[in-house]
Amino acid sequence: MVSLHSYLILSAILFSIGTIGVLTRRNAIVIFMCIEMMLNAVNLTFIAFSKFLGNLDGQIFVFFVMTVAAAEAAVGLALMIAFFKNRESIDVEDLNLMKW
Amino acid sequence: MLDNVWLIPLFPLIGFLINGFFGKKIKNEAVIGGIGTLMIFCSFLVSCGILMQLIGLPAEQRVFEKVIFPWIHAGNFKADMAFLVDPLSAVMIMVVTGVGTLIHLYSIGYMHGEEGFYRFFAYLNLFCMSMLLLVLGANMLVMFIGWEGVGLCSYLLIGYYFEKKSAGDAAKKAFVMNRVGDFGFLIGLFTLFWWLGSNHNIWTINFMEIKAASHFLPYGGVVTVATLCFFLGATGKSAQIPLYTWLPDAMEGPTPVSALIHAATMVTAGVYMIGRMSFVFIKAPETMLVVAVVGAATAIFAATIGTAQNDIKRVLAYSTVSQLGFMFLAMGVGAFGAGIFHLMTHAFFKACLFLGSGSVIHAMHHALHHGHLHDDPQDMRNMGGLKKYMPITFLTFLVSTIAIAGIPGFSGFFSKDEILWQAFANPYHGSVNIVLWGIGCIAALFTAFYMFRLVFMTFFGECRINPKVKDHLHESPLVITIPLMVLGFLAVFGGYLGMPKLMGMLPNYLEHWLDPVFELANEYGKQYAHTGAHHSHALEWGLMGGSVVIAVIGITIAFTLYMANKSLPEKFTTAFPALHRAVFNKWYIDELYDFLFVNPCKSLGNLLWKGFDVVIVDGIVNGVAKLVMAFSAGLKGLQSGYVHNYAMGMTLGVVVIIAFYVFR
Repeated sequence: MVSLHSYLILSAILFSIGTIGVLTRRNAIVIFMCIEMMLNAVNLTFIAFSKFLGNLDGQIFVFFVMTVAAAEAAVGLALMIAFFKNRESIDVEDLNLMKW
Repeated sequence: MLDNVWLIPLFPLIGFLINGFFGKKIKNEAVIGGIGTLMIFCSFLVSCGILMQLIGLPAEQRVFEKVIFPWIHAGNFKADMAFLVDPLSAVMIMVVTGVGTLIHLYSIGYMHGEEGFYRFFAYLNLFCMSMLLLVLGANMLVMFIGWEGVGLCSYLLIGYYFEKKSAGDAAKKAFVMNRVGDFGFLIGLFTLFWWLGSNHNIWTINFMEIKAASHFLPYGGVVTVATLCFFLGATGKSAQIPLYTWLPDAMEGPTPVSALIHAATMVTAGVYMIGRMSFVFIKAPETMLVVAVVGAATAIFAATIGTAQNDIKRVLAYSTVSQLGFMFLAMGVGAFGAGIFHLMTHAFFKACLFLGSGSVIHAMHHALHHGHLHDDPQDMRNMGGLKKYMPITFLTFLVSTIAIAGIPGFSGFFSKDEILWQAFANPYHGSVNIVLWGIGCIAALFTAFYMFRLVFMTFFGECRINPKVKDHLHESPLVITIPLMVLGFLAVFGGYLGMPKLMGMLPNYLEHWLDPVFELANEYGKQYAHTGAHHSHALEWGLMGGSVVIAVIGITIAFTLYMANKSLPEKFTTAFPALHRAVFNKWYIDELYDFLFVNPCKSLGNLLWKGFDVVIVDGIVNGVAKLVMAFSAGLKGLQSGYVHNYAMGMTLGVVVIIAFYVFR
């Protein structure tokens, strides 16, 4: 049986990859995918703990996270399409109007 | 009838409301003017009724107070909207409504075709209402409302031609100078109220109650302070030294305004006020002396200026200032009755003179306008020989001039001679009396001179108006000449009401009439009057003859200079150029005031503006804003607009928080 540690380490690795991706990539879709990866890393922790503790709360939380992620995907992709129509680009470096 | 005294100010108020609110829509001049005139005429009728009823009462019962409604009752302070009818206010309401009616009637003709016709009549009615409140007020506060109201109307009417800068400036000047006086009035009121209240627990501003309590007032001391403050108020309203300079400038207003407000009624308010409070003034010998000296000084000072002015209305304005000086001289020597008498006769002949000058200006303006000439219609150097063209105006003007010059048989003689005699004989100021009398005589000489100079330059000699338009000169319409004739009649015969006892033909009605009002003051005066000075009838006759001689001399000088030998004035001005310049420029008093008060005030204003307001007030406000901006300039770098930076910030923040919990 795979131990809880392994799951947590995998989850930490996935989360870190996601974070680094968010911080370093320019392409908005890639950043978006990285965020999804972070969310799923967290989901993995939830499920691992849920199994380990024998408590279903964690699994229910995962459903919530997935729902939010789905909604976020819908809104985020729509934003990106709108942005692309204006700028012909989805590079976040071009997305810098919101400042003083 | 006495119960209906409230109707007197009410009628003009109604007229003001109608013309003020609907005049623009009514448009019809006859209706507007008719309403205005009718309203004040109604007041006149009520005043007549009240006078009749008052005459029917025994002398000591001729005091009647009517409370219209309770106004302010707060603690010890009590002021009702109340009117006081006594012989003094009866004289005043007769003069105000009587002369007022005539001038309203005159204005219908004079203001014909003016754009602001309704505005003019509305203001005129408002003025009459305020003036009637002033003279009828039973306490100082009601009087003060009237006092301020007439000041306001004076401002509005001087500035009637507000599109002219000079008119606006003159209006402001009048208003500001009156404020200086009003300040004195209020301080005097408070002083008297406070002193009586705190020392004798008589908290009142009611004239009759003060009169009843006046035996508590000390001679001099606090009363001197209070009365000097009141007198400051009087100098402002009645154009005495030092606050007289607004009155000549007030001639910017239409001529009927000059006649009604700046000759017959409003400017006499100060004299009336002293008369009303004679029992207080007499208790301050120093104030009485100040009043008399200021009056005499103003009389002669203004008279000298009047000799060198060329604008017909300005001559009359300085004449008014001078005559008001005579009234104050009378008040100051304790001849209250004579002062009120001169107030009344002056109202007749000066209103007539002003309206006559208005008639002349009207004709001149009309003729010059016809010829498209831009000569000044008020400049006497453009007139001359007008008696042929305007016989009625000339005749009324002439009799009024004779009246003011002091020729026996005309009203001005009786009143002015009474004042001079009292200035000589009244026992309050000792040897100063002779000086006051002397100054008064010289002022009378100047009066006769400049008034006849005016008449000779305007009505006699050859006509100096541009010959092109000579044929367009003609007499004014009836609506103008009727008031002139009535006033001319009064200017001749008004004086017989107060004929000196000495002449013995008629009893001195006016003096007897006013006696109950001034009785108490005369009683108080005995305290410090110099006794023993008894003057014989021969002396009185002699002085009377002297003042006639003075008047004749004045007229003769005027005749010599302006009729017989016309090159003389020219020679005189070239011989004494500095003197002439000084007199012509009104002794540079306006310039002096500019230098002493106006410019320092302006500089102070500029200093406060540029020094205090801009640097300190604005500095604080702008400084706070600048501080915030400098602070935010440092912070704004954080908001780059790049998603990366924000994400990095969030990550670092999370790391820090976790590190905090882990390594705690």
